[in-house]
Amino acid sequence: MTVVTKFPYDKDYIEKFSTERNEPDWMKNLRLEAYQQAEVLDLPKPDKTNINRWNFTNFKHGAEGEAFSSIDDLPKELAEHFDLDNVPENLIIQRNQTVAYATMSEELKEKGVIFTDILTACKEHSDLVEKYFMKDAVKVDEHRLTALHAALLNGGVFVYVPKNVQIKEPIQTVFWQEDPESALFNHVLVVADENSELTYVENYLSNNEDEETVSNIVTEVIALDNAKVSFGAVDNFAPGTTSYINRRGVAYNYATIDWALGQMNEGNTVSENVTDLVGNHATTNLRTVTVGRGKQVQNFTAITHHIGLHTDGIISQRGVMKGQTTSIFNAIGKIEKGASKANAEQESRILMLSGDARGDANPILLIDEDDVTAGHAASVGRIDEMQIFYLMSRGITRKDAERLIIHGFLEPVVAELPIEAVKQQLQHLIERKID
Amino acid sequence: MAGSTLEIKDLHVSIEDTEILKGVNLTIKGGEFHAVMGPNGTGKSTLASAIMGHPQYEITKGSILLDGEDVLEMEVDERARAGLFLAMQYPSEISGVTTSEFLRSAINAHRGEGNEIQLMEFIKELDQALDDLNIDKNMAQRYLNEGFSGGEKKRNEILQLLMLQPAIAILDEIDSGLDIDALKIVSKAINSQRKDSFGCLIITHYQRLLNYITPDYVHVMMQGRIVKSGGPELAERLEAEGYEWIKEELGIEDVTVGQEA
Repeated sequence: MTVVTKFPYDKDYIEKFSTERNEPDWMKNLRLEAYQQAEVLDLPKPDKTNINRWNFTNFKHGAEGEAFSSIDDLPKELAEHFDLDNVPENLIIQRNQTVAYATMSEELKEKGVIFTDILTACKEHSDLVEKYFMKDAVKVDEHRLTALHAALLNGGVFVYVPKNVQIKEPIQTVFWQEDPESALFNHVLVVADENSELTYVENYLSNNEDEETVSNIVTEVIALDNAKVSFGAVDNFAPGTTSYINRRGVAYNYATIDWALGQMNEGNTVSENVTDLVGNHATTNLRTVTVGRGKQVQNFTAITHHIGLHTDGIISQRGVMKGQTTSIFNAIGKIEKGASKANAEQESRILMLSGDARGDANPILLIDEDDVTAGHAASVGRIDEMQIFYLMSRGITRKDAERLIIHGFLEPVVAELPIEAVKQQLQHLIERKID
Repeated sequence: MAGSTLEIKDLHVSIEDTEILKGVNLTIKGGEFHAVMGPNGTGKSTLASAIMGHPQYEITKGSILLDGEDVLEMEVDERARAGLFLAMQYPSEISGVTTSEFLRSAINAHRGEGNEIQLMEFIKELDQALDDLNIDKNMAQRYLNEGFSGGEKKRNEILQLLMLQPAIAILDEIDSGLDIDALKIVSKAINSQRKDSFGCLIITHYQRLLNYITPDYVHVMMQGRIVKSGGPELAERLEAEGYEWIKEELGIEDVTVGQEA
């Protein structure tokens, strides 16, 4: 018997939502089909974390936000994330579901770069979006949350970099869930055409300490032949938000997708990062840092999926666990038959700061081909008292000694974040969370 | 400035219920260089670690005073800020923290909030100290002790000493792992610190180091106690004749104590 799950928003609501926004038929149909699938599909089953009782149904869907007339009008929650003297040239700030601020350099416009919110892109660049939207990377029917995502999508951006265009200046987005009960079904689609290059950085944030809501985020990065994408993100949802985050890249011949992720959510989180190395000589390098605190439960799964020849996939995950947090780090190198000369390397390290925190690092290699190289390292440990003694013997207080060790532990990943401003922001966040 | 005085009185120290130090008495004043010598396993390093407050050592009896203040009541960082310094035999590696970043934190911890060292002043002092120790400037940007050779670690300990300017420094086997050229450089740097405001306790089981740093006082440790004290001539006699004559003089058969290697 099929179990039908009831959601707070039904088919009529979705149809109306889509119609009001003048979405093209393909999008409306995709949403409606996705909704039907959501009713019957199961929740995802992240390894070693049971999410069946997590809140994925209690949320408010529609919430608009006021636009900012100027970047100087940013409220303080946002302003602290920016160097206001040095506002990025290419920036979209999304407030709830409204684009509150958007700017792009003339140079990028002239070169044919598209950087716009996803709902506008569905209309203005319908063919291009349709070609990639939940096709090659994340599929609508993977499980209930991907289907729900497609059905209820209410925000996000589309980035397209044409052939042979290399962008030096980063493209930045801020997704601010200002309404404490409002859910974010955010979709980011980045398409880097052949021989193009870009750096994209995104921030997610919310302020809901007590109010419960949901974020359901799907990010797709398509790197066509010889394209190079550097992708940075800082996730910072408040304790009330239950997050499902799925970032997936597809790299074709000689393409590179590098990820630098600061996974700093305060609520329960399932975060999945997958790179399909479809083309020959495709490469990916994933770096993630996490600081868990409070009672949150988190599951991080990173996968390099080797399909082409001579592919190279590297995963480095680092997590610091405080309080009563539970965190699972799964790192998977999957090499398909025929993907010869593949190299899959992974390292997951967890530092526990409290006796009540739980952490697990699971290195997994699934190899179906002989002519490959692979390696893994995983550790779960506590702060070494000898290190503390050494630092304190130079006059440094225990608290500062711990802070230095934690920063040092995360540094190899933090140092690789592609944009200085984001790096500083993450350092600031880490500081705040470990204090 | 007159120097500090470190007084160690009847110090008994245990590790996991095994008594290693059995009543050590020693007073070090600013301007004085003391050497504690002795065969392996006699408690020399335990003495060094216990003074600094190593968490594995338990003080069961006795006292340590720095200018009359009870050191045993102080946390490790308070001891350092009061003027004690231990150049360790096996310094920890701290991944992700550069030597420079660490040194600045340590200096600022000594100077206190609101009195942090200016960046330019810090760089100037660091460059000078690196030059004095003939250390490659790149080392300051490497992670603290990570991947350092034994000799590099020892030099880094002395670098910290030069930067932090302690009142009383304890050098635990600082000569091990150093080749003769490095030993000369390190010795020169330590000798350059000779002044009324600096006292030093040098722990070694080789006479070799004392060819380059001349101590004012030499103490021999056996069985967890200081069994003989003298001037620099004592070190010379030890080099010439070894420890046997002391053992015979005192009727000691086994010099070691507890299970310490």
